[in-house]
Order: sequence, then structure tokens, then C-alpha cells
Amino acid sequence: MNQAVIPKVLVTKIGFDGHDRGSRVVAAGLRDAGMEVIYTPPWQEIATVVKLATEEDVDVIGISSLATDHLIVPKLMSALREAGLADIAVIVGGIVPDEDEATLLAAGVARVFHPGSAMADIASYVRELTAAGRSRRVAA
Amino acid sequence: MNKSIDGKLLSEAEVFATWQRDYAASMGADKQVVNRSGVPIQPIYTSRDWNAGERAADLGMPGQAPFTRGIYASMHRGKTWSQRQLTGLGTPAEYNARLLEVLAQGATAVSPIPCNSVFRGYDMDESHIELLGTCGTVINTTSHMDRALQGVDLAQISCAQNDPTPFTLLAFMLATARRRGTDWKMISGTSNQSDYLSHYVANHMFFRIALPGARRILTDHIEFCNRFLPRWNPMSVVGQHTQQAGATPAESMAFTLCTAIQNARDCVARGMDPDQFLPRFTFFFDVSISFFEEIAKFRAARRIWAGIARDQLGARDPRSWRFKFHAQTSGVDLTRQQPLNNISRVTVQAMAGILGGLQSLHTDAFDEALSCPSEFGARIAIATQNVLREEAHLTDVIDPLGGSYYVETLTDQMQAEIERVMKIVEEAGGMYKAVEAGLVQGMIGESARRFQQQVDSGAQTVVGVNAYCVEEDSSARPVNTRPDRASMQSLIDEFKAFKAERSQGDVQRALDALARAAGDARDNVFGRVVEAAEAGCTHGEICHTLRREMGFGNVQAIV
Repeated sequence: MNQAVIPKVLVTKIGFDGHDRGSRVVAAGLRDAGMEVIYTPPWQEIATVVKLATEEDVDVIGISSLATDHLIVPKLMSALREAGLADIAVIVGGIVPDEDEATLLAAGVARVFHPGSAMADIASYVRELTAAGRSRRVAA
Repeated sequence: MNKSIDGKLLSEAEVFATWQRDYAASMGADKQVVNRSGVPIQPIYTSRDWNAGERAADLGMPGQAPFTRGIYASMHRGKTWSQRQLTGLGTPAEYNARLLEVLAQGATAVSPIPCNSVFRGYDMDESHIELLGTCGTVINTTSHMDRALQGVDLAQISCAQNDPTPFTLLAFMLATARRRGTDWKMISGTSNQSDYLSHYVANHMFFRIALPGARRILTDHIEFCNRFLPRWNPMSVVGQHTQQAGATPAESMAFTLCTAIQNARDCVARGMDPDQFLPRFTFFFDVSISFFEEIAKFRAARRIWAGIARDQLGARDPRSWRFKFHAQTSGVDLTRQQPLNNISRVTVQAMAGILGGLQSLHTDAFDEALSCPSEFGARIAIATQNVLREEAHLTDVIDPLGGSYYVETLTDQMQAEIERVMKIVEEAGGMYKAVEAGLVQGMIGESARRFQQQVDSGAQTVVGVNAYCVEEDSSARPVNTRPDRASMQSLIDEFKAFKAERSQGDVQRALDALARAAGDARDNVFGRVVEAAEAGCTHGEICHTLRREMGFGNVQAIV
């Protein structure tokens, strides 16, 4: 994709857990990779994430989960669809057991990044998602 | 003196020079080795680096200041560490069944983990049911605590509480003890999560009440426990959170010591005697896989703390100078890839903690990088401790690495690095101000990023992640058991019924008294929390009341 296109990414956490090393490292990494990053502290309400995604017009939402908060990501996916934001790609990073990964993918999550993922892989996938999303929007 | 092959006597200097020459010839350009804290590591250490004769006073003997070799005369040869596994899943009844099993397997102390909804200060009827009990046990009332600890004699078993400000879980346990007729004076254990500064900086989930309120309630809590619970440790200063968040071992130790100084100064400002509260200060650390660095970290910290307690805080009783700590093996070092490798990682981490002289140990389950630990994983974690203690005989000799040129030099160097970071914090006005200003968070974020870059670049090997990768069969991974939704729903129903049936007058009076205490510096907020627990107030009600009066615990977003 054209490197001049700057992906806009929301990096956040929903649910109760507050371990934010992952979200902070990824947010800083994507910013270092030249992206525009909206970062929030943990514990965002699903409605708040939807609102932020709308207002900031992001290409990708990255949800970090360490302690089972990924279990409410399907609720986030429905809320995004209801708000007409189905074209925003959602990725999840963190501790996600295999059996839950299948559930998340079925709910519309683009991909799950597990511990040990390289920053470069996350960044290049976000660029891919952004390119695909923007061309869909142009087509629409 | 050594003899060369032809029988001529060689001086120490000549012997060393010969080695240097041989080393250079065999290595070519030497490789640069630096530990996680930034201390350069030499290929060998000798009496040129650390001279036992000159340094005897900095070691002392075990049980003697400055405690470099351990805080008790007999250390692990006399009494081994407490095996304190953190466990918690599902409903109080489900937790209790697991707890009794863990105790039967050899655990000697208890440490229930509450559900994350509890950590954030909410009751179960205001939480997503999908999340309830998935990472800990739902405990919202005295009855929940009573059920969770059924069959556990609170006068006999040390029961730590993972209980941030305002310490509702301890309040529920005290109310439980009162119901059962157990004397509060017999209750022992630790408020594991009393360090609000580490929550504000690193473990944000536990940060419930805004900084000034959290500071006040902690001092109230220490005062109350010193008075009514003589066997309870109200203060656990936590280094684990900052190191898990990315601080280097030396930084994390420095932040912890600065936090202890801050809290002690707050107690002194309240008019409390250091020799009363310091013997009940404990510490809680992460042990990473950086083996010698961790051992040196703990040895250095004992020495630094003894000096601080005596010289800066004015404690005269040597018991106040003792640096008692619990350690948990580092979850950050564990990998999702080839998860059984984590058993060997945990073993090395645990050895570092034991050789570092810990008083209490939690070994992580190998599956923590995959999920909340399974029962199978938890059992191996306990067995690891039993193997190290009883098969490997790590407890036969006290401070077995003492006098090692390397370990002693590294202990000195870690001390210097810890003191360098402490100076930065102290110059910023102490830990409270340094944290308020975001200074500490910035340093941690920078170190976390540096470590990630080292892993990404391959400079730091992580087996199975950036080296020695293999194709894996994911079906070999443990399957998670999630709490049973039906039993969780019935617990919610019971909870709602309980709230409807209790004496609303008692509840309202207790919450009003709590709110008034928050605004009255002469009152003791924690004392009012205990009264509220006894009056039937719930965890959420107590947290909401104090958040309304003292401000919600929001953290700064720093990337």
C-alpha cells in the first residue's frame, strides 16, 4: 500500500483488567511505525469505544486483553455493527486461549495476536487492514 | 601462591595476567554482556573485584544487620518459606473446594484471588456475567468470605488478602472471624495489595480511590491493624507490579524502597512509632529468569533497607530493619509457545528467589501465558517448590552464594544502581510526588519498550518465541474451565435476595458513618469499613461511597 496513507488506530482495553503493558507497548510501537494512535487507559465501556471509534474515524481498533476480558469482545462487535461501523477492523492481542480465539474470529475479529508476536508483524497487518478498509470505503 | 609447570612460584597478578592472555586468545573480541538493570557483566570475578577480608562488615551473618546474608539466623535451614499459592476461580463455594485441595497438597498459607470485578470495586450485579469468576472468586459480602474460607481455621492458617484500598476483603474476614468467635488477635496474614502507589503506577486494576484518599486510608489501615491485629501485616510494599510492567529489576527495587520510605514517613507524620509499624512492613517482588541479577537484587535490598530503617526512619529495634519479602515468579517471562517450557523457567525463577532469601513464594503455573491457571498447572507449580526444597536440598545451607566473587560484586553493583534510581525519585520529592508527576511511569514505559526491542531484534533470546521455534500441536494445550454460568446466576440471585432482606437501616447508618469518616481526619476510615462489613454492606457499596467522597481512582494515560 501507499506508505503515505497513515493508519489511524484506537488501542484500548474493555472489561475490568488493568494490565496495560501490552497496550502501551503496542500503542508506542504503532506510533513509532508512523501511525496515528489513539490510546486510552483500561476499563473503557463498550459504548465509549464505539463513540471514540466514530468520533476519531479510526481504521482499526486494537483490544488488549490479559485476564479474560476478551470474553466480552463479541459484545463489542455487535455494538459496532449496530452503530454502522462494521467496516472498522478489530484486532485482539494478549492471552486468548485457542477455544476462545475461534469464538472471536466467528464474531468478526480480524485476527488475534498472541504473546510473542513481533511488533513489525502487528504493524504490517494494521497497514493491510487499513488499505483494505479504505478501498472498501472508496468503493462504497 | 600458585606453581607453574616448571615449579616456579607465580604471583596472583601473574596468574590473572596469564588467564587474561589465554581468554583473549580464545575469544578474540570479547562480547559485551549487560544484565537487565544495565550492569555490565565481566567474564570472571576474582578477589580483585571483591575482597572478603575488606568487606566482612557489609555482609554480617544471617540475622545480623545489615542482613545481606538473610534476615534470620537460621533462614531456610530452620524454617522454610511459606508456600503461598494464589488461587481463585468461580463462586465462593467453588473456590473453597479448590482451596481445601491445595491445602491438602502441602500449601501452608492461603491467598484468595478475587474476581477482577472485585478488584475494580464493583458488585456482581453491576458486572458483565461473562467475566464473573473467570480470573478470581466473586467475594462481595461477609457471607461470601465465610463460605470461601469454610473449613479454614483463621486462628491457625495465615490468610493473606489481595485487597487494595479500602481493604474490604480483610473487613469481610474480620466480620467472619467475629461470627465464628475467632479472636482477631490470632489472625495472621498480610494485606498483599496495600501499596496504592504501585497500583497507580503499574497495576491499574487495583487503583480504586484517588491518590490523596488512598494515601489517607492506607495510614488509617496501618494504624488500625497495629492496634487490633497484632499478627497482621497491614503493609506490603509491592515491587512486582512495576517489574511486570517493564521496570528493570534495579528500577523496580528502587521504586519499592522509595514507596516504603514514603509510607513510613506518612505513618511518622501521623505520630506513629517506627518500631511499632516497621516490623509489620513486608515486601512483595517479582523474580525474573535473570538468575544472578535477581539474587543480587534481593541481597542488595536487604542491606539498603536496614540502613534506611535505622538511619533515615529512626527505628532502633533491629526487627524494624528486617526486609521480609514474598516473591512470585515472573509471568512476563512465560511463553505461550511450547508452554511446558515454562515449568523450567519457573524452576529457575523460584531458585533465584530461594537463593535470594525469600520468606514466602508463589510459583506460577506453566499455563499462565495461555489462560488463568488450570488445576493441573497449579499442581505442578506447588510440586516445583517441593522438589526444590526436599529433593534438591536448596535449604541445607544459608545464603549458599555468599562470598562468591561474582554474586558479591553484583550485589554491590545492583546496590549502586538501585541507589542511583532512588536518588532520582527522592530528588523529585519522594515517591508520592514522583508518581503524581508521571516520572516513574515514564521510566517504566521506556524500560518496557527497550526490553521489547531486544526481544524483537533477537538480542534477548526467548526460547520458542524468537529462537528454537517448532511447529506445535495446539491440542496439547490445557483447556480452560470457565465458571459454571448457572451457579454464577444463582449466586447473583442469592446476592440480590440478601440485599433486599438485610436491615436497610443498619446498612444506611454504616454507609453514612463511612462517608463522614472520609471527611473527618480524626476518624479511621478502615475502622468504618469493618463496621460496614459487619452491618451487611457490600463491597461495591463501600467502594462507591468512598469514591464519591474521596474521588474515583483514575490513572494517567502515559504511552
